[in-house]
Amino acid sequence: MPSGDILLDVQGVSLTREGRAILSNVNLSVLAGEIHALLGVNGSGKSSLAYAIMGCEDYLPDTGRILFAGRDISDLPMHERARLGLTLAWQEPARFEGLPVGDYLTLGRPTISREELWEALHAVALDPAAYLPRPVDRTLSGGERKRIELAAVYAMRPRLAILDEPDSGVDVLSFSDIQTLVQRMARSGCAVLLITHRNDMAAIADRASVMNAGTIILTGAPEEARRVYTELRG
Amino acid sequence: MKAQQIPGITAPRGNPTWAREYETILRAYEQAGGPAAALRSGRVAAVVVSANRVLGVVTVPGVTINAKPLPDGVQAQIVVAPGVRLERPVHLCFGMIAETGVQRIVADYEIGAGSQVEFLAHCTFPNARDLRHIMDATVRVGADAQLRYTEAHYHGPHGGVFVEARAGVTVGAGGRYFSTFSLVHGRVGRLLIDYTADVDASGVVDLTSMVYGAGDDDIEVRETVRLNGEKARGLAKTRIAVRDRARSRVFTTAEGNAPGTRGHMDCAEIVRGDAVAENVPTVIVRSDEAHVTHEAAIGSVNRKELETLMARGLDEDTAVDVIIRGMLGGLSG
Repeated sequence: MPSGDILLDVQGVSLTREGRAILSNVNLSVLAGEIHALLGVNGSGKSSLAYAIMGCEDYLPDTGRILFAGRDISDLPMHERARLGLTLAWQEPARFEGLPVGDYLTLGRPTISREELWEALHAVALDPAAYLPRPVDRTLSGGERKRIELAAVYAMRPRLAILDEPDSGVDVLSFSDIQTLVQRMARSGCAVLLITHRNDMAAIADRASVMNAGTIILTGAPEEARRVYTELRG
Repeated sequence: MKAQQIPGITAPRGNPTWAREYETILRAYEQAGGPAAALRSGRVAAVVVSANRVLGVVTVPGVTINAKPLPDGVQAQIVVAPGVRLERPVHLCFGMIAETGVQRIVADYEIGAGSQVEFLAHCTFPNARDLRHIMDATVRVGADAQLRYTEAHYHGPHGGVFVEARAGVTVGAGGRYFSTFSLVHGRVGRLLIDYTADVDASGVVDLTSMVYGAGDDDIEVRETVRLNGEKARGLAKTRIAVRDRARSRVFTTAEGNAPGTRGHMDCAEIVRGDAVAENVPTVIVRSDEAHVTHEAAIGSVNRKELETLMARGLDEDTAVDVIIRGMLGGLSG
């Protein structure tokens, strides 16, 4: 349950790339323990905002600042942001030649127990015995890779997980399975910034924001955000 | 199974100096990732060579090993009888404890028709400062036979080794040959790999080389796969990472010389610092029913891979190391 404390506070962030405004004066807050849906059509800037929050190269804001747990992380490198408890599940996750799933899931939390590793894979409907030794490479289907990415984030036990379109490209894992996983993460104390262009995905959120043309145009109750987003899509 | 007495050579236990050398080379073998316990057990076929001294030979039924000293190395012949299927690998342990010198290994491997074996070779030069190791191998894989040949090198921390590894491989009809060369711990020094494989009808060859160069290491890999018989298949796979001022040059050639042949070359090289990597693939097709392809990815570490690991809390250097170790055959060790 959300505690009411602001965990992530994006204040007036703008980002220009190759002369084009990608983010314009973005203000967004995520409360500790809440599920916060970020709705927007393709190209509205949702993923760019995620990369900026995470500190990806080429996505460092021109103006504004990003606070995490009250600390200004705007100048921190990615790994230091991650060590504070912030992480990101990419919409299209990278693949790693020769890196077993078990090792990949352990990287984010080296102290993880075997039981927790198994639980993370069960949470995304993968058989641990079959998948732990497999490499995170091209032999995995897009859906399998995506599920392993969600499992890796879940296994890390972050304070805030940014999930970029977790429902896209997942073959077997159903829409309701993803909702269950997100709720499970929230119950464990992890806040979730749930990036999606699916209106119904926002139904499980505590709050929601709508993004359009690189800026947040609304933050409020999920029902209101869904209504505005529906109107926006026409 | 029995320990084989080599003509003119006293068994290690009979000679304290040799026994010490035997133990030293086994320790080096172990440091390089070799399962020394398997060698000590005496239950696997094995050859242990230090410089030009054959310190130990163990044979098992179906495998004949003849090894004799040369002035600057050892000549070894290993024959696997037709139809033999070994449950445990044959261990080949070559090395030198000295800092300087030359070791030349002239090896002849005959894998009988229908047999199925695995060779684990470890070449260790832990103290090398000015040392040359020459491997000149001839490999004949018989019809419908299978050989898995895994060769791991450890050259120590100084980069004082020049290794020339040459092999001429012929794979008979329906035969299968899988070779993996790895040098991913310690320094490389200078390395030349020059392998050529001729593959008969429906045969398969898979050549993989994995090398991690640093300092002023110099790496050259030359692999040629000639698919001569109908439906022969071949893969030449190279994985190299170079950093500091290291240099790597990869020349791979695949020839589709008969109908139905399928060849592929796959080269990935990661470059860091002032290192330089070069890849020159050559495709030759002599049949309109053959198909040969190549792919190469050379350059920096993939940014997305790097950022994915950094988003898990790994700093950049550690993330790069994880990516490189994965590419070079796994994180273990």
